[in-house]
Amino acid sequence: MKHLLSINDLSRDEAILILDTASELARISDGPMKKLPTLRGRTIVNLFAEDSTRTRISFEAAAKRLSADVINFAAKGSSLSKGESLKDTAQTLQAMGADAVVIRHPASGAPFRLADNQWMSGAVINAGDGTHEHPSQALLDAYTIRKHLGKGAKDLSGLRVAIVGDILHSRVARSNVLLLTKLGAHVTLVAPPTLFPFGVESWPVTISYDLDSVIPQVDAIMMLRIQQERMHEIFFPSAREYSRYYGLNRDRVNALNPKAIIMHPGPMNRGLEITADAADSARSVIIEQVSNGVSVRMAILYLLLGGAPIEGGIN
Amino acid sequence: MSYLLKNITLPNGTKAELAIQDGHFVAASSLTKGHKMLDMGGKQVLPGLVDLHTHLREPGFEESETVATGSLSAVRGGFTAISAMANTSPVADTAGVVEQVYRLGQAAGLCDVFPIGAVTQGLNGQTLSEIGAMADSAARVRVFSDDGKCVFDPLLMRRALEYVKKFDGVIAQHAQEPTLTQDSQMNEGEISAQLGLKGWPAVAEEAIIARDVLLAEHTKSRLHICHLTTAGGVEIIRWAKTRGIQVTAEVTPHHLLLTDDYAKNYDPIFKVNPPLRLESDVLALRAGLADGTIDIVATDHAPHSSESKDCEWAVASFGMVGLETALSIVIKTMVETGAMNYEGVAQCLSIAPARIGRYENHGQSLEVGNVANLTVVDTAAKWVVDRDLMSTRSKNTPFHGFELPGVVTHTFFNGKLVFGE
Amino acid sequence: MKTVLPAPDISRAIVRIAHEILERYDGAESITLLGIPTRGAHLATRIAAAINAIEGGEVAVGTLDTTMHRDDLRTRSPKALLPTLIPAAGVEGRHVVLVDDVLFSGRTIRAALDALGEIGRPTSVSLAVLVDRGHRELPIKADFVGKNIPTSRSEVIKVNLIEVDGTDEVTISEGGVK
Ligand SMILES: [Zn+2]
Repeated sequence: MKHLLSINDLSRDEAILILDTASELARISDGPMKKLPTLRGRTIVNLFAEDSTRTRISFEAAAKRLSADVINFAAKGSSLSKGESLKDTAQTLQAMGADAVVIRHPASGAPFRLADNQWMSGAVINAGDGTHEHPSQALLDAYTIRKHLGKGAKDLSGLRVAIVGDILHSRVARSNVLLLTKLGAHVTLVAPPTLFPFGVESWPVTISYDLDSVIPQVDAIMMLRIQQERMHEIFFPSAREYSRYYGLNRDRVNALNPKAIIMHPGPMNRGLEITADAADSARSVIIEQVSNGVSVRMAILYLLLGGAPIEGGIN
Repeated sequence: MSYLLKNITLPNGTKAELAIQDGHFVAASSLTKGHKMLDMGGKQVLPGLVDLHTHLREPGFEESETVATGSLSAVRGGFTAISAMANTSPVADTAGVVEQVYRLGQAAGLCDVFPIGAVTQGLNGQTLSEIGAMADSAARVRVFSDDGKCVFDPLLMRRALEYVKKFDGVIAQHAQEPTLTQDSQMNEGEISAQLGLKGWPAVAEEAIIARDVLLAEHTKSRLHICHLTTAGGVEIIRWAKTRGIQVTAEVTPHHLLLTDDYAKNYDPIFKVNPPLRLESDVLALRAGLADGTIDIVATDHAPHSSESKDCEWAVASFGMVGLETALSIVIKTMVETGAMNYEGVAQCLSIAPARIGRYENHGQSLEVGNVANLTVVDTAAKWVVDRDLMSTRSKNTPFHGFELPGVVTHTFFNGKLVFGE
Repeated sequence: MKTVLPAPDISRAIVRIAHEILERYDGAESITLLGIPTRGAHLATRIAAAINAIEGGEVAVGTLDTTMHRDDLRTRSPKALLPTLIPAAGVEGRHVVLVDDVLFSGRTIRAALDALGEIGRPTSVSLAVLVDRGHRELPIKADFVGKNIPTSRSEVIKVNLIEVDGTDEVTISEGGVK
């Protein structure tokens, strides 16, 4: 694994290695060692062509705890308006000697362009590309689920996870479907029919339009952010109707099975896809997802950059 | 210069020789002294190929292609007539612009360049351009198209279809329902869903084809459907033809070979409008071309500068160059698969497009007295496409590195050897 | 391949090391054993058991993974992390005894000292190994040694422990590349 562009880049064993490494790192850095020298002298660039403070800070914290040098490169807006700038930027990063680029970009596939071309030689880590994927988010979600519900198992076999909301536009959903099913979980996608991607029937998941029938059957429920502008694109009639059918409110929290956890990749639209009391309930692991994110991203950085400059896979 | 071509194979498979003098085919016995004798060693000849759908980018985008470089690319690909699409800058929506393009073609002198006129002013989709003036100009425009954009307004489409009847013209429709394809990036299917690229449903193409064949029936006018890409579209055309509707249809070489699978690495070299579809569509297009439902192959040669492809998929331009690979792709997908022989190739790449465009002196039989527009192909030879060795000014071929059958060795235009030696 | 330390010798060496440690620190009270995974951790557990058998108490024992502190990370592909389990008493004010199976170049111990430095400041740090095979590349020496085995650089020393390998035995073989 030279890059992390898609969950498809990972075998089941590699995904588990990332989760295992993350739990070890969490234990070390929560406990005895705040900082590790592992990536001293290596340069990691955060290339964020789209605003995402939380993901950027998470990667930055992960890199710094591993003693890497971090350069933040905010290219917001420049890339989509001028086609050539992604290439220009890549060549600049190459000249700066970046060992890895963490890229967030509004265009699906932009990390592939960065990695696939002769533009630069460093590792590329996809931190969310358009409506395609967000692999590190899925890994931290799987990590969170395993930690709470895994009962010591390596994978997520037998666990039932519902992902609710704008599946069509969600990179978090795409990566999670790939990863959670790879790890043996049973995934149910819940959304109005307008917010499913074409051909979703062929995905290895269950499809439902009815949140209330799914709620009692799951071990974890992941609420996706719904963007207000989707309403104007006629995906649903009104925010109020969306919340009524697909929002997580107190009644639905009460209908969850007693050990189920509530997740959200953030940032939340409180009152739209999730009510404040659902987000803040005892079942919610939303805040914990954020801290888990740092450990998982440390694991990704270590496994991509901690060894010799590799062509092959993780050993 | 006069020529005697020995040892050639005609489209019907018979061996023959061809004599060319003063721009025409003549009897070998009437050749004057000093002609050049070329032994073709049994190679295939075809009437000079005719492309009904070419983007030459001049005026306005000369960094991507000019009429002259496009003409050179054409003759290397075996074409003796190409059709310059109207989406230049300024748009070819007046007699002045179409005459300019026509004269640039004449000046280049390698092949005929027939301008296509815009249906609407500035391709705005709202107001008819001066179609009559373009038809009456020196360029004698017969084909009108807003290609790149769909003539979406049904009333305007109806009027355009009716209006061109005055001079036996044809409306070439780029069938793309705009509201269903807002910001669309690739075929809507399992792959677009996986890649997170906005889908372009087949129905967006088929809905317009269905509407327009019904309008053509109602107005008893000639309609041509550009670049058919879906199995459903083939079915609609087939149905329309059984009803006697005057509709013709084209398919591009790339839609005969490539599928949306090629989008998987996000390389925009495979980004094209209309998009690459499914394997089942490719097979339906080949079957439609073989049985005559689809009349012609047209290149939709669309040169783009490297900056507009060397970027993110969503930012990249749509389009592929195709003049120099078209014949090879047709041989690979139609002849080598047994779906078509060289009479069929002559039909879909020369005779039928010349007839649809009403292009005189093209797509004619290789008989004494006819203008000598002629292509010689070594069908047994293979070549590897190299974008750096092509004559087009742009490098955006999706076939770079592909090994393809069929090497064009000679192209004669009006009896002149314009390519080969 | 030749056995240089059969099972009974390993057991005797562990008991002897336990005695030596107790002697040096005057009892088990202030000692923390930290084994370097994988085999060093098992050896630490065994030494702890031997100490407990002698003293009748519960000596503090844990593990310390050195992977993230190694100086040769960039010469091979990344390794999975092994557990670091520091006993509740921590390392501050303790006599830490690092335990490993084989002492060779000394680089693992250097990494362990760095890792330990991140955790806290022990009163002292010493080193116990089952085998010292020589060829140090750093100024590091063992305080408690099961057996010194002179080797050539190309020879391979393999420590087998029941917990990992199903048998207790140390072998030496004319190796290829270490
Ligand atoms: Zn078009």
